[in-house]
Amino acid sequence: MKVTIDGQSVEVEPGTTILQAARMIGGESVPPAMCYYSKLKGSGGKCRCCLVEVSKGSDADPRPMPKLVASCVTGCMDGMEVNSKNSERVTEARKSVTEFLLINHPLDCPICDQAGECDLQNLSFKHGKSETRYIEEKRTFEPEDIGPNIQLHMNRCILCQRCVQVADQLTDNRVHGVMDRGDHANISTCISKAIDNEFSGNMIDVCPVGALTDKTFRFKSRVWFNKPYNAHRDCDKCCGKVTVWMFGNEIQRVTGRKDEYHEVEEFICNSCRFDHKKVEDWVIEGPRKFEKDSVINQNNYTRDMKKVVIETEEQILLGRAQDRKKISMSEIDYNEKIDGNLINDKDNG
Amino acid sequence: MERTQYKQEINMTEELMARINELISHYPEDKRKSALLPVLHEVQDAHDNWLSFELQDKVAEILNIKPVEVYEVVSFYTMFNQKPVAKYMFEFCRTSCCATRGVEDLMEYACEKIGAELGEISSDGLFQVVGVECLGACGYAPMLQLGDFYHEKLTKESFDQLIEDCKAGKITLHDK
Amino acid sequence: MGRKILLEKINIPGIKTYEVYRQNGGYASVEKALKTMTPDEVTEEVKTAGIRGRGGAGFPVGMKWSFIDKKSGKPRHLVCNADESEPGTFKDRFLMEHIPHLLIEGMITSSFALGANLSYIYIRGEYMWIFKILERAINEARAAGWLGKNIMGSGYDLDLYVHCGAGAYICGEETALIESLEGKRGNPRIKPPFPAISGLWQNPTVVNNVESISAVPWIVMNSGAEYAKIGIERSTGTKLISASGHIKNPGVYEIELGVSVEEFINSDEFCGGMIDDRPLKALVPGGSSVPILPAHLIYKTAAGTDRLMTYESLADGGFATGSALGSGGFIVYNDTTCIVRNTWNFSRFYHHESCGQCTPCREGTGWLEKVLHRIETGKGREEDIELLWSIQSKIEGNTICPLGDAASWPVAAAIRHFREEFEYHIRFPEKVKNRDHFVAEPFEKVRHLVAK
Repeated sequence: MKVTIDGQSVEVEPGTTILQAARMIGGESVPPAMCYYSKLKGSGGKCRCCLVEVSKGSDADPRPMPKLVASCVTGCMDGMEVNSKNSERVTEARKSVTEFLLINHPLDCPICDQAGECDLQNLSFKHGKSETRYIEEKRTFEPEDIGPNIQLHMNRCILCQRCVQVADQLTDNRVHGVMDRGDHANISTCISKAIDNEFSGNMIDVCPVGALTDKTFRFKSRVWFNKPYNAHRDCDKCCGKVTVWMFGNEIQRVTGRKDEYHEVEEFICNSCRFDHKKVEDWVIEGPRKFEKDSVINQNNYTRDMKKVVIETEEQILLGRAQDRKKISMSEIDYNEKIDGNLINDKDNG
Repeated sequence: MERTQYKQEINMTEELMARINELISHYPEDKRKSALLPVLHEVQDAHDNWLSFELQDKVAEILNIKPVEVYEVVSFYTMFNQKPVAKYMFEFCRTSCCATRGVEDLMEYACEKIGAELGEISSDGLFQVVGVECLGACGYAPMLQLGDFYHEKLTKESFDQLIEDCKAGKITLHDK
Repeated sequence: MGRKILLEKINIPGIKTYEVYRQNGGYASVEKALKTMTPDEVTEEVKTAGIRGRGGAGFPVGMKWSFIDKKSGKPRHLVCNADESEPGTFKDRFLMEHIPHLLIEGMITSSFALGANLSYIYIRGEYMWIFKILERAINEARAAGWLGKNIMGSGYDLDLYVHCGAGAYICGEETALIESLEGKRGNPRIKPPFPAISGLWQNPTVVNNVESISAVPWIVMNSGAEYAKIGIERSTGTKLISASGHIKNPGVYEIELGVSVEEFINSDEFCGGMIDDRPLKALVPGGSSVPILPAHLIYKTAAGTDRLMTYESLADGGFATGSALGSGGFIVYNDTTCIVRNTWNFSRFYHHESCGQCTPCREGTGWLEKVLHRIETGKGREEDIELLWSIQSKIEGNTICPLGDAASWPVAAAIRHFREEFEYHIRFPEKVKNRDHFVAEPFEKVRHLVAK
């Protein structure tokens, strides 16, 4: 079957969705997706970020579709023609959805652990406006403790329901779900039950925003100060293939390996994610490659980097050599720990 | 969202269980979950018109589903109460047609009459006035629902009478 | 007097009971269909009748039936949508309460046509006493041999049950209804697949409104061609209208499609005119979701022709000057009504009833309500009217199910036809302090304050 998106054609198997076809083409035509997750059954269709215009239904029935359709749940037809970035209607709809997603969002990126790798942030940079038309009080929820590993910030949630699907499809006893309805729908266990299933940590990886974050990484570092490495270990519960996020020689966080659409390649177990934070727990394979530019890899050393010059008065920087090293990664001697002591120094083990 | 848990005495009588099993029999053997809404109605009616989490767990057990599946459903539908309510809960329809025919004045009157704010339970625990959305009685406005039944074309006088009838124990809440 | 199809026997004493219903020709359509017709022949009659879905969308019933997947070999289901919750609509309840066996007869005949062996009536939870009426009526029908195995020796089996909702307007949307019937939250499904292919428990399913199914016995007995003779053009047959608001005789009326709106409001056979001497100000002809019409577009269309009670005539003029027949929830407003307050009231309804699954509806309906509430309570800003317009346009067409559109249209129509009233609220907040502000001082008296 042939499908054309923004003028670029691609051959696809029957059953392929428009979004999948767009991802095969790649580039700017790929619609943003906040709720769709290719590895979770039944995901998609809800956030409405990936709306596209079908200007020709198929060769057999060339009529255009009257409404914009969610590309993640709409199947391709032979001869279908789709407009994504080329359609003003689509651009307008994405702007609308972005605005709707943000009116009740706390916009607390400065204190959010997801900032820097947040799909909502990316969506807002691309389709959002810098001012708001919403003058009403924002919706808030009472906090709920869902256990020692996962932090739930309901105020940031966009109700993509991926975490519910993870619990349904990866664990055998889901204890959380979507409660209430309408704009007060919320993710909850209702009875403040700890979500402690062996695969529950994947809820953090699939969460597109900062609603579910890693408690063991909480407030430790901005994600862009961490350097990701692919690593693995023998694990009897999962594939054991992860990304470890390092600050100097310390593993601050362990996640699944995410592709350019922020989907994990394979799900990992809680033991790998939360309990193995020592360098010797892992076989480090090497630095993780990034497919796409974003704030998170701005200073990753797999890139050719120019020296960062901080134009600040000499006086202010006096005595702050250590901080300067933290900020300007290219100046770091990688044989040296961030505190200035050598890695093979006895005190550091 | 953290929720308050209220205590409730659970009493799954034989009669109630027989009715539940009858409702379950209306669906194919492997689709027991489908009976959830009708079963919850029956269980709620038999338990002072509300459903504690403990009671919801009981329903989950009967239908062989996860407790969270019951919580999700109970919190979605407005007819299920998640905390104790008054014995006589007057649910006034306040959507357009009823509003047009004076339900807002009547609700204020009703609150005054029972001596409790909108949504609150009166001090004797008997009465409660709540506002709900369209009940499908637009031509007989203003109206309220009490238990399984509608009381329509209300006036202040007919509401007074209703209160008297409740106090006198003349009102049947459920058609069993 | 117009012809009656659904309410023909409504005044017969005891028609609620099986015996009386049967003595008056009840269940004859089941006999006729099972003994002398094939399922496809029944479907053909319904197609010929041209009856359009009476729940609101107006999709031809026969065509919907013909889409059901009979090839897959999966069990099929007919589900009757008795979740009547559209503000202004209370007709299905009237039928089920007063002549429950008509619906049951229709369910049997229709299930036969679809080859369904297990069918349900999904009734809203608030109609609990009707749930019990139907349950008893079904038991009577079963005892009399109209349900169960090998009905009338025809070899056809059917089980029929009532299922109740529990307070969710969204369950009137057919896929949300199916989810709810499966014991889940009433979240509409993403379509395709449509229920005709994958519905209840992934089986091919048809969902029809109470009124549509209740018309099937008459169509089978009198032929589709006879039915199609009633009404005008593509609006065939009779329709139940739920009339409410500021009229003398609110209630449920069966009309032949094609009666004029003027006659319907003013004739003693129907609404009996306005409730008092306050003039007609606005009309919502088809339930809260359809656009509101201002006085000058009620009796006549913009083109100057008589406005008739048909799908086509009520929609004449499109969004600019028309509305829709919808579910037949006919709400009449006199000049004591504040359009801003009424629009806020509708918005509160949609905000309350949004399932919360998709972004535009979840966030947009609440926003609409909040802005409208501010305007109504004297805290509006000039830019709020444009803001409302913009929000509703961003919800419309971008949601999973039609609730988003239903929430948008009333707001759009109110601004389109009553913009000055919004401006009045914003510019003279002290005049709208009391909620009945137009009772003593109708808008016509103060219009000059905002007139350009």
